[in-house]
Amino acid sequence: MAGYMDLPTKGGFDFGLCRRNESLAEKKGLKIPGFLKTGTTIVGLVFKDGVVLGADTRATEGPIVADKNCEKIHFMAPNIYCCGAGTAADTEAVTDMVSSQLQLHRYATGRESRVVTALTLLKSHLFKYQGHVSAALVLGGVDCTGPHLHTVYPHGSTDTLPFATMGSGSLAAMSVFESKYKEGLTREEGIDLVAQAISAGVFNDLGSGSNVDVCVITKGKTEYLRNHLLPNPRTYVSSKGYSFTKGQTEILYTKVTQLKPKVDVSEGGDAMEE
Amino acid sequence: MASDTGASYGSTLRYKSVERIKAVGKHSLIGASGEFSDFQEILRYLDELTLSDHMWDDGNSLGPKEIHSYLTRVMYNRRNKFDPLWNSLVLGGVKKGPKGEEKYLGMVNMIGTHFEENHIATGFGNHLAIPILRAEWHEDMTFEEAVKLVEKCLLVLLYRDRSSINKFQIAKITTEGATIYPPYSLKTYWGFAHFENPAQGAVGSW
Repeated sequence: MAGYMDLPTKGGFDFGLCRRNESLAEKKGLKIPGFLKTGTTIVGLVFKDGVVLGADTRATEGPIVADKNCEKIHFMAPNIYCCGAGTAADTEAVTDMVSSQLQLHRYATGRESRVVTALTLLKSHLFKYQGHVSAALVLGGVDCTGPHLHTVYPHGSTDTLPFATMGSGSLAAMSVFESKYKEGLTREEGIDLVAQAISAGVFNDLGSGSNVDVCVITKGKTEYLRNHLLPNPRTYVSSKGYSFTKGQTEILYTKVTQLKPKVDVSEGGDAMEE
Repeated sequence: MASDTGASYGSTLRYKSVERIKAVGKHSLIGASGEFSDFQEILRYLDELTLSDHMWDDGNSLGPKEIHSYLTRVMYNRRNKFDPLWNSLVLGGVKKGPKGEEKYLGMVNMIGTHFEENHIATGFGNHLAIPILRAEWHEDMTFEEAVKLVEKCLLVLLYRDRSSINKFQIAKITTEGATIYPPYSLKTYWGFAHFENPAQGAVGSW
């Protein structure tokens, strides 16, 4: 009986599955599947009226591009969005979880969510898992206390900054921000600077690529500009199209198998139970 | 060519007034990062090289391309013997060739990788300065424009590389010769509103 019933957790951290993973790897020689890392450039900056977030759209699985146009800017609340770098599953799961928690909180309080709430929920979850949840996030939003921009690291530490970059392309993007950021940027200047920073990551970092996504959050309004820039179009498309006419492929031999004689339809079977 | 004038010993900033860019012969400049003692050794090799070249007394002098080639051979052969000179070298110069003034900029590193480009950076500069240079370099910049662009990169590196210091040297090489300017500092800006009291929105955090 005690064999199949799970004992209630004593509280604290439960790393039971790690033991099972280890034994599988040792004894059965099972290869643990690789992580889908996002190898990313994500940025955020505070401008005059709010926050602009930006991200590239490439998801890598080691040396291969797994997804050419993935979405790295995740919804947290109508006035809060979060960019995620690191292991794709971790960023998705953790942002979805906190987004749900924020919604329940909104129902309980009857108020718009605050960015610091999302920040605290994220950092406590990540700290609890001691860095094993590999999610590096740029969290930005506008609430009743004003515009806020934070970075959250996998171990659970956070920073509050006027401009921030994360991911493998963070140095390329940060070089753009450090040389060009000023306070009191307008909306157009903010979007342009974010696009430039992400483009620096897209073109100078191998882990980032494809397109540029931008999200502008201001008091009362959020604009999600999916694929704001498409600087890597497919340059060669065959003008003749890709059609395969009959006779193009050489037929080596033909074999026809009649299916009809194999099918027996027996009348008067049992009717289905109602 | 520009560099900062610091040389660290592990995590200690041991020397703060080190000249990392030197003139070589009449037409070139060499800048190095990495192990400073290996750079001093390389300068001795280059001294011997330029001396024997001068002793030929044939009216010819080694240009930047030739010196780059020599350095590449030295670095690669040392790496093959598993005893590398632990440096990233930047070689720049101008020499009058058959097609007129030929400008040259190239780099060699400790494993012998070498190439020629319009903009070169070593160490952290590869990650922080190259994106800026790729976006903003263009042909036929004036000296003032070039200094401004290089200062832009140096400032970003000052902010974001923990081993850099706020004391830089610029060096210029033209057909007239090499000029290494005295060291100077850049102005940094720390006055962002968000840097003052960042925990304003979230009391108790940082």
